[in-house]
Amino acid sequence: MSTVDAPIGRGPQSDRVKGTLFRLALLSSLALGLITLIALLADVVISGAARLNGDLLTNFPSGIPENAGAQSAIFGTIWVIGLTGLMCIPVGVGAAIYLEEYADRERWWNRAIELNIQNLAAVPSIVYGILGLAFLVRGAFGLGQVVLAGAMTLALLVLPIVIIASREAIRAVPPSIREGSMALGATKWQTIRRQVLPGAIPGIATGSILALSRAIGEAAPLVLLGALTFITFNPEGLDSAFTVLPIQIFNWISRPQEEFQTLAAAAIVVLLVILLTMNAAAILLRNRYQRKW
Amino acid sequence: MSDRTADATRAVEPEPARTRPDVHVAREAASGDAPRISPPPDPDRPAVFDLRNISVYYDAVPAVRDMTFPVFQREITALIGPSGCGKSTLIRCLNRMNDLIPAARVEGEVIYHGQNLYDPEIDPVEVRKRIGMVFQKPNPFPKSIYDNVAFGPRVIGMKGDMDEIVERAIRGAALWDEVKDRLKTNAYGMSGGQQQRLCIARALATEPDVILMDEPCSALDPISTARIEDLMLELKSTYSIVIVTHNMQQAARVSDMTAFFTVELDEGEKHRTGRVVEYAPTDKIFTNPADKRTEDYVTGKVG
Repeated sequence: MSTVDAPIGRGPQSDRVKGTLFRLALLSSLALGLITLIALLADVVISGAARLNGDLLTNFPSGIPENAGAQSAIFGTIWVIGLTGLMCIPVGVGAAIYLEEYADRERWWNRAIELNIQNLAAVPSIVYGILGLAFLVRGAFGLGQVVLAGAMTLALLVLPIVIIASREAIRAVPPSIREGSMALGATKWQTIRRQVLPGAIPGIATGSILALSRAIGEAAPLVLLGALTFITFNPEGLDSAFTVLPIQIFNWISRPQEEFQTLAAAAIVVLLVILLTMNAAAILLRNRYQRKW
Repeated sequence: MSDRTADATRAVEPEPARTRPDVHVAREAASGDAPRISPPPDPDRPAVFDLRNISVYYDAVPAVRDMTFPVFQREITALIGPSGCGKSTLIRCLNRMNDLIPAARVEGEVIYHGQNLYDPEIDPVEVRKRIGMVFQKPNPFPKSIYDNVAFGPRVIGMKGDMDEIVERAIRGAALWDEVKDRLKTNAYGMSGGQQQRLCIARALATEPDVILMDEPCSALDPISTARIEDLMLELKSTYSIVIVTHNMQQAARVSDMTAFFTVELDEGEKHRTGRVVEYAPTDKIFTNPADKRTEDYVTGKVG
């Protein structure tokens, strides 16, 4: 009997049912995530709406909820994150260049370093807080509870992320570009400096912004450092005492008065806006400068 | 004889997939006979490279073994043979590109104007300043056409008016009329054939002595290929050119000398090693080869 003569039917009913069910299951997982996120956002915005105004940005913390604002926390965040970036990006990119372009993977110590960087990226942030407290605030460095100590702690925290993102960006530059450059008589460093790095910068920038946006939201390590204090002034230098947004939020939420809860919700909205702006910048950068080799 | 020539020009490009037939041929011949190197030394025909017992190993595995032959100045030398016979490996010995592969190790000597390129005193970067290379797939930098060509002169610190250097190189690659109005546009906007000529211009810009071409036309259409072949014939008045090609007609059309490589299998049939079977003037290789294996290959009986 020739199967070619038989008309092509619709196929087994059960296959179509399974396909539809699977699709629905996938869709509902997506919906679960999205709905939760939207509900959270809506809740925060509604709770904080009463205090979402200019005072929140311009006033300093105060014991009287009506007068309290987050200016010192916002400036503290800018100081700490700016410094974190200044420290972790050059070191992270340098480490990534070494690992991608120079390290010989045949050597066990290079493989050990690689493995450890992967592990470090997964270490809970509170552990970095303990490290910062023991070595930077007290101990060897004895910096005290200052901007520099906070920034150094956060820089250590996100360094593995910057390294991993930079390595990926460097690896995405095809070997043919390196060969083309070396074949023209460029040295290894000239090749890295003038071909590999420019090609990798969009990826490095995207990864670094995402790493810093993680650092911005961190409260735990800074709480350990002792940044959870009542600060009514903006940082004036590396050795200033400081507070940051997540810590200010934590502080307000832990107060019994209803007004402080509202204030906390409003500050959360500010933090979220900063985070979303940074992530949007990262995505824009990636889409705009992403190269097709 | 004319039949054979006709066969040769009709011969198809060898595909990587086939193994058994030429392996068989290679094993038969592996029994000890030395490669046939036909040109006797000639003082009026100076060599740019003198390869002496060049072997390349990847880890401990030999990729090419015992290659000894001269490459003459201001001529086009073609390296032909089936896939995996080490043509690309060998050409990369000539500007020390194999140094970039950590597992690769080169034995033997490449004498270049009296100096051994593998002398420990020699800096591979200096070698590459004089010996340019064009790759299989056009690999322009993600920069403007101008910056692509200016890159080499800039990194090696060439003196002179950069605009002039760039124009001379692009003219040299027969590309000037097509790009002179868009030098500042990105090189990725060019066609594949133009990109490859840009890569040739880029190599010419540093005013090298030799240009190595590793299957420069394998990614191009026949018209672009023909332009590059014409260009090669023009360039050989100034430069020595070594070309690896899978395309036997191309070797027959452009080259003066041809080296035919083959693959040998070791005892366990695990490792494939390239050997030179015959090295002779191109018309001899294609019309009257001394070795049966060369004849079978160029007439399309194997490969």
